[in-house]
Amino acid sequence: MGAIVFGLALSLALTVGAGRASAQSCAGDCDGDGSVSIGDLVSGVNLALGSGGDCDAVDTNTDGEVSISELVTAVTNALDGCTPVGPATRAGVVERYAALLYANYGDVLTGATALRTAIDAFVAAPSAAGLQAAKDAWLASRPAYLQTEMARFYDGPIDNAATGPEGFINAWPLDEAYIDYVVGSADAGIINAPDLYPAITPEVLVELNEGESETTIASGYHAIEFLLWGQDLSDTGPGNRPFNDYVTGSSGTASNQARRGDYLRAAAKLLLDDLTLVRDQWEPGVEGNYRAAFVALNADEALRRLLTGMGTMSGGELTGQRLSVAFDTKDQEDEHSCFSDNTHVDHRNDEIGIQNAFLGRYGGVTGPGIYDLVKAVDPTLADATRNVMDEALTAIFAIPVPFDQAIQGPDSSPGRVAIAAAIAKLNQQTDKIALSAEALGISISTTSP
Amino acid sequence: MTKVWHVRLAAIGLAANLAACGGGGQPLPQATPNATTTARPTVTPAPAEPLGDVLSGGAGTVNDATLSAFAQPARNLPLDRRTAFFVGNALFNRDWVIAPSSTTGSDGLGPVFNARSCSSCHFRDGRGRPPIKPDESFIGMLFRLSIPGQAADGGPLPEPSYGNQLNQAAILRVPAEGHAVATYEELSGAYADGETYSLRRPTYDFVDLAFGPLPDDIQVSPRTAPFMIGLGLLEALSEANILARADPDDADGDGISGRANTVWDVRQQTTALGRFGWKANVPSLEQQNSGAFNGDIGITSPLFPTQNCTAAQAACLAAPDGGEPEADQKKIDSVTFYSRFLAVPARRDVADPTVLHGEQLFRDVGCAACHVTSFTTRADADSPLANQRIHPFTDLLLHDMGAALADDRPDFAADGQEWRTPPLWGIGLIGTVNKHQLFLHDGRARGFAEAILWHDGEGAAAREMFRHLPSADRAALIRFLESL
Repeated sequence: MGAIVFGLALSLALTVGAGRASAQSCAGDCDGDGSVSIGDLVSGVNLALGSGGDCDAVDTNTDGEVSISELVTAVTNALDGCTPVGPATRAGVVERYAALLYANYGDVLTGATALRTAIDAFVAAPSAAGLQAAKDAWLASRPAYLQTEMARFYDGPIDNAATGPEGFINAWPLDEAYIDYVVGSADAGIINAPDLYPAITPEVLVELNEGESETTIASGYHAIEFLLWGQDLSDTGPGNRPFNDYVTGSSGTASNQARRGDYLRAAAKLLLDDLTLVRDQWEPGVEGNYRAAFVALNADEALRRLLTGMGTMSGGELTGQRLSVAFDTKDQEDEHSCFSDNTHVDHRNDEIGIQNAFLGRYGGVTGPGIYDLVKAVDPTLADATRNVMDEALTAIFAIPVPFDQAIQGPDSSPGRVAIAAAIAKLNQQTDKIALSAEALGISISTTSP
Repeated sequence: MTKVWHVRLAAIGLAANLAACGGGGQPLPQATPNATTTARPTVTPAPAEPLGDVLSGGAGTVNDATLSAFAQPARNLPLDRRTAFFVGNALFNRDWVIAPSSTTGSDGLGPVFNARSCSSCHFRDGRGRPPIKPDESFIGMLFRLSIPGQAADGGPLPEPSYGNQLNQAAILRVPAEGHAVATYEELSGAYADGETYSLRRPTYDFVDLAFGPLPDDIQVSPRTAPFMIGLGLLEALSEANILARADPDDADGDGISGRANTVWDVRQQTTALGRFGWKANVPSLEQQNSGAFNGDIGITSPLFPTQNCTAAQAACLAAPDGGEPEADQKKIDSVTFYSRFLAVPARRDVADPTVLHGEQLFRDVGCAACHVTSFTTRADADSPLANQRIHPFTDLLLHDMGAALADDRPDFAADGQEWRTPPLWGIGLIGTVNKHQLFLHDGRARGFAEAILWHDGEGAAAREMFRHLPSADRAALIRFLESL
């Protein structure tokens, strides 16, 4: 549990926004001094570990147990300060959702900017340390992005059918043999096709992405991941691409090293550009952007979108696409971040994002959220939904790492038992999200269109 | 009285051609809104089907009129089978990648292909269309190719260099087969009341052909990707139920024949009733899905284990594959399960008298003779699909639709002028889901009215009735279609 809390604190530390004023009632503030101190956190963790102590403030749902979700709230409050929960209105929940997404995408940009900086430095002077720094920056950039994925599936800025760049940002499975060499095909990919693509620039990649509808998507997080890690050919660890793949001259490995560097830099730039476009659509006070239209919608329509995003992320996407398919097929690399073996972080932060949308939680602020609206009409359902989300997150954390090994073996193997348990919890969660929507008089779908 | 109408209309229908659309038709009696429609004497008279049934797909019908209207599991699919649906959903949406790849379960794209995933053509499980912008390529619509003659299975004989469909895309270092370019000619016409309309007739040119020009006797059939809803219910109709409506020699003299297609069932290795595809040229969902994997995405499967490369395509033949087969039976079963349980959305606005009036007109003018209103599924089908009273608005039979719509490409028993009656359930939501209303097999019709006006051959009589309706009645009939 200690490692889990540390991991969460680490991931949140990378995603928090500016600090906010403290308030009277504050989750995790065990000593009631208006802020969450390290001492308060230790008390909370001790409670979670069953090591005794007393802190009602951390047990926000008053079920007598301290969940990971509650610790997450306490940690964010420690980092950012506390803000009170106001009385929830539908319009207020819509506003809060827009605000938390803007803050979340802001953190996404921070991560993508740091990633680009690290990549530019590495390509300028390739070294083992530089490659590691770039990998670290990639890993650090992921949690914030994954938490925004609950904002997909309703034709919003990220995945509007005509303009949404989601496919250029997080496309998966990645067509790696379209980009670079793979085992069994040493001269595969655009990098090794100077005859077809004399120069590799951001413009060329844009053209590849935006040309004919069925042109391969050749950019985004997973393209960068592949270019940093290489194929994952190991049963136990991630891919192990040598940094010399980027070194020109006699110590270089593979061919076309300079072109590989060009590709990596171009992909990092495009990722940042695309993410910036999305963030700008959620910026407050901008006439004509998506947020302006969103908050002006009939609140029920805006809530329908919010709930559709959450519900579909929970159902068709996380349960179906990301867990059940891999569980079902046992294809070893049937996982999202297959080159870096980082798929468990994807699952966890997808789920945290769903919780964020439900609670109106991000950057140290919790609420008003869907939870508060449901609480007003059906308190039992509101708490049941919140609790099943906690249980789902706990179940996801319980899946052994790396995920590509956890899916293997007989159904009685610890990994498969854990995944099946997570899928079962997520099914309950999806059901509860749909019921929560229904309680608000809103009908949503939870399959991936 | 009704019978007399049909005879007269049939006579006009046989003579009808495109020029008749141009306003030259004789004045016809107008449908009376209250006319009863026991229109088909030889078929067991249907019990008077009430108007305005919202449950088009029986107990599996879902209440969703949003972007996701076609993407829902049948409402009566038990919770413990939902995960299987989600898995199929994921595979349906998944982009296949070039082999070899780390994602060994998803590699094997191409070497030549039309699309990288099922959902890129059946976007949101919906319907494809031809390009709208000049620089857009064909996606969601493909071209079947063949030369005169029959293949060993009784189906069309593939063009020797290009195979049985044009693949406009290919993996790196494999040539794509070529591209299609559509041009449209506007044909003006008028309703009986003088209101004018324009229909667009497509012609296609094929450019960038990698293996030489197409032969002079090439047969080309343009086909948009149909929407995916309710397919399991159609599969669950008994053969007897479908064949009962067949009238190959028009014995009842109503001008409407209705022929069943007899096709090759690859799984059973025998001939079977064709149900799916624009010419009812496929017998089962498994074969339809496996065929689309193979022909459209370039993915081999147990039913179609051979890559989609002709002998003329050396680079295609030499390219690495993604395993043998690339999609194993489990994956095919999973996608088939998914396609079987995609729900039909409920009708909307059925309290609107205009909608109900339009529904009555739909029956009165004769649309329902082929777009059959109601069926009941087999009792022994998979339980969520069994014993369902459904309203697919199709008879799954082939009808001669006249020369103007003909592809002149026989497909098993379907001749060059015959098309299968396409289901109309859910069609009112294509605009919402797919942001277009381009109908008919090649998407030439811009909206419901044009689609109706293109009907000829066996559909000519109903079309003429529509053309002679007063404007308000035409609008009501379209309002009905929008409610589906």
